Amino acid sequence: MKILVALKQVPDTETKIKVAADGRSLDPADVKWITGPYDEYALEEAIRIKEAKGAEVVALSVGSDSAKEVLRNALALGADSAVLLKGDGQGDAFAVAQMIAAYAQGKGFDLILCGNKGIGGDNAAMGPMLAELMGIAQANVIVKLELGEGTFRAEREIEGGSEVVEGALPAVITAQKGLNEPRYASLKGIMAAKKKTIEELEAASAPAVAVVSALALPPERPAGRLLAGEPAAQAQALLQALKDEAKVF
Amino acid sequence: MILVFCELKDGKIRKPSTEALSAGRRLADASGQPLGALFAGASCAGAAEAATYGADVILTAEGATLGSYSSDAYAQLVADAVKAKGATVLLAGATAMGKDVAPRAAARMGAGYASDVTGLSMADGKLQAVRPVYAGKAFATITFTSAVQVASTRPNVFPVVEKAGAGAVEALPAPAGDFKSVVKEILAKAGGKVDLTEANVIISGGRGMKSGDNFKILEELADALGGVVGASRAAVDADWGLPHSMQVGQTGKVVSPTLYIACGISGAIQHLAGMSGSKFIVAINKDPEAPIFKVASYGIVGDLFEVIPELTKAAKAMGVGKG
Repeated sequence: MKILVALKQVPDTETKIKVAADGRSLDPADVKWITGPYDEYALEEAIRIKEAKGAEVVALSVGSDSAKEVLRNALALGADSAVLLKGDGQGDAFAVAQMIAAYAQGKGFDLILCGNKGIGGDNAAMGPMLAELMGIAQANVIVKLELGEGTFRAEREIEGGSEVVEGALPAVITAQKGLNEPRYASLKGIMAAKKKTIEELEAASAPAVAVVSALALPPERPAGRLLAGEPAAQAQALLQALKDEAKVF
Repeated sequence: MILVFCELKDGKIRKPSTEALSAGRRLADASGQPLGALFAGASCAGAAEAATYGADVILTAEGATLGSYSSDAYAQLVADAVKAKGATVLLAGATAMGKDVAPRAAARMGAGYASDVTGLSMADGKLQAVRPVYAGKAFATITFTSAVQVASTRPNVFPVVEKAGAGAVEALPAPAGDFKSVVKEILAKAGGKVDLTEANVIISGGRGMKSGDNFKILEELADALGGVVGASRAAVDADWGLPHSMQVGQTGKVVSPTLYIACGISGAIQHLAGMSGSKFIVAINKDPEAPIFKVASYGIVGDLFEVIPELTKAAKAMGVGKG
């Protein structure tokens, strides 16, 4: 079995967002970059499949040189090889899906795993777009995955519960928190990863079709007020305010 | 045409779909185009209701093969309908199904896609979308270079507007079958409550709740206010037996209810990102310095174990959750 794991380098969730001078992108100063939290579940699942039934795991990222950090970490965790598709990082989900599809097409991947969304763009779109471009099955926001002979059975989170999706491999599976508990890299893994090379390829040319034309911070919320008194009085004052001022009820 | 992919549940159009239809009607009026509503399923009974929300044309694809959701079959159906009708804008509610089918259909059409949008407008016949990025820490304005433009609308953001449309029903052929994947079974959660992303009132608990059992008092308040219960990441990760589906925040659900009551939640930046789209925020915390108070419309500094039961009692007395 051959598994491709697509990993995205994203700003740490602690990041305070500042808009760059161009008015349409993130100011990268002071931003700490991490592997997308949902991508970590995707990678962990690939490694578990490799451990359970044997598989070749290829880690892939699209971006600049700094994305090598994400790939180095994937190698330390158990990926067999790593590929960086070098691009300007300005693409939308469709552009990235086209770049990955151009790379993956014809390479015989049985399974393509990635996070259900990258945090940042929050599009939750690359996975399904990649599946369509490759003409294969998809299952998104997956909390449980079982593989059969050329088939998969996945549990995906939906409103108020989950649903079981069955389909044929190859497939794109996008991971949700709950799928597994990602491991930490061992010292041995980190040392071994340092010796491995990351293959660098030029990403296929794919212009964005959904373009960010402006980025702005949300408006400040109006100042609130504190409700004083004993708990019973506070409770009464709150409900009254929600009813009369906010007209929530 | 502005085409809206709609979902039916128990013969009724789901609320996120009526919101998308209402948003679509506004765009159709702004650009002088008709509004189409697209339905798919074993039965599309109930689809006619789309005329109430302004649909001029109601497209129904009915067939046994569409009885269970299939990503690839539905995406193909949606893309075919866009093509057949020459639609320039495709909308769907940003539900589990909408977010599954819309990007796949967009890729099939080579179309740009904006997910979970909170604002939509037409300028010179082109769609412009505003959407939260970094889980709401910033907002991006999206423009499209593709002929077809696709967006999913965040639930609870676009108002439902009733405006009669012509509602001419047109049947579409159902695909033959042999799909790449298909839903085999729905595993409903006990209680069958409204999902957090669609809830109007959310009561969330954080580390200050001290245990999973204590969420019982939040459930009681939620029942009294007609709301649902959420949790912070700290609470979900604390091994209290709370499922991740309850988590509100940057790595959980991003919500925009009318009322969000944060109980024992300090207000880490990741949590604030996930709930700052709420119309009114109430913070209940014993620490007056907690960052959650900075975003709160109303704050109560106090012991949540005393305040919440009082709130439940007062809410019941006032009968607020009944309407």
